[in-house]
Amino acid sequence: MAESGLLEDLYREIILDHYRQPRNRNATIEPTCSADGANPLCGDQVRVDVALVDGVIEAISFSGQGCSISQASASMMTEYVKGRTVAEALQGVDAFQQMMLTGEAPDLEGFDDIASLVGVAKFAARVKCASLGWKTLAQALAEGGGTVTTDDGSR
Amino acid sequence: MTSIAGLPRVEHLPYDIARIRRDFPILKREVASGAQLVYLDNAATSQRPVQVLAEITRFYRDHNANIHRGVHTLSVEATELYEQARAKVARFIGASDPREIIFTRNTTEAINLVAHSWARKFLKAGDEVVVSEIEHHSNIVPWQMLRDERGIVLKYIPMLPDGTLDLDAVQSIITERTRLVAITAMSNALGTIVPLDVIVARAKAVGALVLVDGAQSVPHMPVDVQALDVDFLAFSGHKMLAPFGIGVLWGRMALLESMDPFMGGGDMILTVSMEQSTWADVPAKFEAGTPNVGDAVALGAAVDYLSALGMDEVRRHEREITDYALRRLADVPGVSIFGVPDAEHRGGVVSFELEGVHPHDIGQVLDTKGVAIRTGHHCAQPVMLALNVPATARASFYIYNTTAEVDALASGLEEVGRFFGVRK
Ligand SMILES: Cc1ncc(COP(=O)(O)O)c(C=O)c1O
Repeated sequence: MAESGLLEDLYREIILDHYRQPRNRNATIEPTCSADGANPLCGDQVRVDVALVDGVIEAISFSGQGCSISQASASMMTEYVKGRTVAEALQGVDAFQQMMLTGEAPDLEGFDDIASLVGVAKFAARVKCASLGWKTLAQALAEGGGTVTTDDGSR
Repeated sequence: MTSIAGLPRVEHLPYDIARIRRDFPILKREVASGAQLVYLDNAATSQRPVQVLAEITRFYRDHNANIHRGVHTLSVEATELYEQARAKVARFIGASDPREIIFTRNTTEAINLVAHSWARKFLKAGDEVVVSEIEHHSNIVPWQMLRDERGIVLKYIPMLPDGTLDLDAVQSIITERTRLVAITAMSNALGTIVPLDVIVARAKAVGALVLVDGAQSVPHMPVDVQALDVDFLAFSGHKMLAPFGIGVLWGRMALLESMDPFMGGGDMILTVSMEQSTWADVPAKFEAGTPNVGDAVALGAAVDYLSALGMDEVRRHEREITDYALRRLADVPGVSIFGVPDAEHRGGVVSFELEGVHPHDIGQVLDTKGVAIRTGHHCAQPVMLALNVPATARASFYIYNTTAEVDALASGLEEVGRFFGVRK
């Protein structure tokens, strides 16, 4: 789709790669905490399972269904946080949310692939899709796990 | 009150698609990518022709005043225009008496009006309300709320895998305890046209009332409430060329008279003392407060526009486009179409999936081609559940759509498939 730069902005090759070959999807791990996330308006669903050892994410798995943006973003998220501490992971969540707000990629070690999602910020309708995996991770890491929804009632 | 006989006649116009398209300037605009708009989201809301836009302007420019209040010229004119719109809508759906037309905000409010003013007054615990599995949420949730509040029993006529209703089950699901059957005339998610005659016959046999959700039928096909022999009909102006914020509940006069008011306030009372009030007559009883006069008048212009084309012609045109779309999309690699296979039993709605590509992504890529479709659950989650999909992509047609626009959709989908690597 050479004629459409707009689309290429949204669907960078690395995003399609994560969509077609998701990392840490349905991985068999022994989770210590989990959370479910949903985007009710479009039917995206993500579950995040985390195995924490001494405050470090030893293993992580995501599962679910949804559009390329939601699934690729969740896949990248798992790659990024694996081996990091809870505090570092939560920093990553903040950096990601910030990138969706500002449309500018953060200067953060290990964020290169994730920065390819910066184009999503231009598509207001898709920000919820991209954020789902990250919000669900934050929920899993917060005490108790549980369920999050990206539907804040606004249209 | 304006009578139907007193309305000006509507001149019939031949179905000239080029002329129709000229009445909708928005169809000429471009989307963000620079591509020309191909608007295929008509089941969500239609576009508005210049005739309707002009009517809105004319009302506010030349006649604007509050209605039913003043003796002054403007108030008298505004009242006349509002009541004339009521009579036009009555004529459009074959109602004998304009007073049977109650202006609401939309279909949702019309259905809630029946739930509030009829069902809350007349239904008791154990009484049954029957809906179907292919309803829009607006014809499910009000009845669930009533069930939780009053202990009525809510039953569903199931959907078969092809998107039609299980008509054999109708006999056993609608019983002697059924008081109301609330059913869509056409599914917004799949386009299924419901054989209302079968449902009405069974409902009559057990003495139940029938409420028809006409949100997708009144804009797209001839609807005659006398011929249908139903009791309530709900629909929205915004899906039939009129502005947002104006809708209709039609009900049989005797029923409307027996019902309680919907909201309390001005315009719906006969007398108010400090202790109590008495209700105004139908339809004022259900139209508390200053109504949406300007948009009601514009709805009158919208039904004039549709009447000039003729609803038989509207349906014929949409059937042709739908038939073409069903054949054209079936040829696109990876596409599978949900619902009834032939355009005879389907309105202008085609819901589909493209193997390996989420509906969101389909919609996004098509948008860069100018093609506007809807993706998601279409406020019909029970249908999605029955199809076992989280969401579908949906193209829906109206009076101005062309086969060339269907071609744009099809070639756009072929490109989506290539982009996401769908194999032939
Ligand atoms: C079949 C059906 N019923 C009800 C509605 C609700 O209409 P509104 O949102 O105008 O109240 C819709 C609109 O999508 C519909 O398609």
